[in-house]
Amino acid sequence: MRTEKIETDVLIIGGGTAGCYAALTLASEAGGKRILIAEKANIRRSGCLAAGVNALNAYIIKGRTPQDYVEYAKKDAENIVREDLLLTMSEGLNRVTARLEELGLVILKNENGEYAARGNRNIKINGENIKPLLADAVRKCDNVQILNHVNMTDLLLADGRVCGAVGFHVDDSTVYEIHAGAVLCATGGAAGLYRPNNPGFSRHKMWYPPFNTGAGYAMGIQAGAEMTTFEMRFIALRCKDTIAPTGTIAQGVGAKQVNVFGQNYEKNYGITTSQRVYGTVEENRAGRGPCYLHTEGITGEQDKELLKAYLNMAPSQTLKWIEEEKNPSQKDVEIEGTEPYIVGGHTASGYWIDRERRTTLPGLYAAGDVAGGCPQKYVTGALVEGELAAKAIQKDLKESGADQGRYFAGQTAGNQAAAAIRGIYSHHLKKEPGPYSIDQVEEAMQKVMDQYAGGIGSGYRYNEKQLDLADEKITLLQKLAMDLKAEDMDDLLHIYEIKERLIVCRSLIAHLKARKETRWHSFGEHSDYPGKNKKYEKFVNSVLKDGRIQIIYRTLQKGDIEI
Amino acid sequence: MSIRINKEKCVACGKCREVCPGNLIKIGVDKKAQIRHPKECWGCTSCVKECSVNAIEFFLGADIGGAGSWMLTKEEGDIRHWIIHKSDGSVKTIQINKKNSNQY
Ligand SMILES: Cc1cc2nc3c(=O)[nH]c(=O)nc-3n(C[C@H](O)[C@H](O)[C@H](O)COP(=O)(O)OP(=O)(O)OC[C@H]3O[C@@H](n4cnc5c(N)ncnc54)[C@H](O)[C@@H]3O)c2cc1C
Ligand code: SF4
Ligand code: SF4
Repeated sequence: MRTEKIETDVLIIGGGTAGCYAALTLASEAGGKRILIAEKANIRRSGCLAAGVNALNAYIIKGRTPQDYVEYAKKDAENIVREDLLLTMSEGLNRVTARLEELGLVILKNENGEYAARGNRNIKINGENIKPLLADAVRKCDNVQILNHVNMTDLLLADGRVCGAVGFHVDDSTVYEIHAGAVLCATGGAAGLYRPNNPGFSRHKMWYPPFNTGAGYAMGIQAGAEMTTFEMRFIALRCKDTIAPTGTIAQGVGAKQVNVFGQNYEKNYGITTSQRVYGTVEENRAGRGPCYLHTEGITGEQDKELLKAYLNMAPSQTLKWIEEEKNPSQKDVEIEGTEPYIVGGHTASGYWIDRERRTTLPGLYAAGDVAGGCPQKYVTGALVEGELAAKAIQKDLKESGADQGRYFAGQTAGNQAAAAIRGIYSHHLKKEPGPYSIDQVEEAMQKVMDQYAGGIGSGYRYNEKQLDLADEKITLLQKLAMDLKAEDMDDLLHIYEIKERLIVCRSLIAHLKARKETRWHSFGEHSDYPGKNKKYEKFVNSVLKDGRIQIIYRTLQKGDIEI
Repeated sequence: MSIRINKEKCVACGKCREVCPGNLIKIGVDKKAQIRHPKECWGCTSCVKECSVNAIEFFLGADIGGAGSWMLTKEEGDIRHWIIHKSDGSVKTIQINKKNSNQY
């Protein structure tokens, strides 16, 4: 393996939604900072936005205020939110939307020239090309260097400060050792922890990108960063089989959730995000499944618009309608809950950050789905967080008076750490094959999580005993994963994707155990403690110290939280 | 959910390999694109959109209701054509103007 050492002022790990916007923000500032994006795929179509998105789910429409958005998100999350983070995010939503329009995003306007609202918080767009638009803008910035196909695995620390990261090229066996004045983690959330809806040939036909494997959480956990609220898992209500979003049908044509008898069951369970999933699970448990979105009887024109809307974000659903020769007007759309994901853009799981998006590790910042405390961010919220993190980085680099060229200096510790990480890559590449394949370990992990940590197979429920078993088994799988053989760099990538997921699984299990209540149905359904408990009106946070996960409870409060 | 690459049509430009968000496409010894892990395809259609000679066909796995249809897409100016070939030989096309927003 060849090693390439690079030095930069700002390293952005993950050139997705938040990462690209952070790069644009940093690049537009005078001062000639060098910015480097390390992206495991190619920023043109990487991450959540690859296929396109349907709407901008977070926007402050006319007559509403950022504070209204905070209240909505707080209610939906049963109070476990950081109001300081939500407010700063909400205040930026319309600003980044205007920038997206400048970059070429098509947004629907009404006769007065205002954005046409969908419900109380959404605006309608053509989001098929949203990622290429962002990527093109980034590529035009002279001071941004893009390393596509470079998968980062570990943070570098020197004297308790994050001073860079290490990764490898996914096909040409180059190791990248990047030293930086500041590091932004923007790697998205984690999919693939649990056995998926379609465990066979279509195992990656899931909602969240199967390539967002929780790398950012894992590298932070290992470096000792504090994480919050992993136990608020995200389970999406999706179209059966294709796992395509349902909001477009529900909000677009006003379709209601009905059971096999055609009864609307929404009102029996409530309409928060988790209650909608829970209702569907309960109807199935009671023998009243399958459940549907009631679309029969919509007009031919509505059919046509739905087929088009799905091509712009989830083309498999349109193909499915055509394959079945039944449009939604002729057949209700069957729905199901997905396997649980950890996604800080929908729920509140992720890095514990301050109002300006600094993590608890000096030198490390977080934005988007990887950052915690601030649910319901979606696309625009991820962009705002990218912008806020970029501003904090600018400010901190200026204050510290960090000079370009200073980052290698005095970093013996960082260099040694990098050598150790290279050693682990070589270990996987050079060792003799063992009895276990990469796929075997992945399937074993997903089975454990499904059966003992509340996956689809157990109706999203778990108890203490099961969580203990899950932890024991995941710890064992971590050992097996250390001994997996990589024939090439592609295998090495897959081994790291599993190792990252296993690290996230262990933290997740510890969080599920620590919240001894059921605050959110399905998202965190603790069978030993079926109800809400006022005592747990607080954050469950965690830090990995000397190989052990320590739980820290933190109080909810209004205003800024010092971290 | 996956893709099939038609080797006869592939002109080995490498664009699909470049763009796949999961790094699933590799260039074989014959210089043609191949999907190394068909089971790992997310179904985002990024590669299908990128291939200018329409060598990449997109289909639903049998486990999620696939019944022999496949789809590809072409861009002409502002219009994106989605062309769906059904197993009975019929073809259905849907056109989307990039300048128009979704109505829902
Ligand atoms: C299918 C789908 C549909 C959605 N639809 C909508 C919608 O209609 N409206 C809406 O508002 N929101 C929608 N969302 C939510 C929204 O898209 C996300 O919340 C947001 O894009 C997250 O941004 P992010 O930057 O955190 O993650 P991403 O945009 O996914 O970026 C993460 C990036 O990190 C890279 N990466 C990961 N690991 C590594 C590593 N180890 N090294 C280097 N790079 C790495 C990834 O390849 C990726 O490019 C949708 C999400 C999904 C998944
Ligand atoms: S984009 Fe099309 S032509 Fe180019 S390598 Fe891929 S399949 Fe072949
Ligand atoms: S459809 Fe998407 S995930 Fe599948 S091979 Fe093509 S680019 Fe990769």
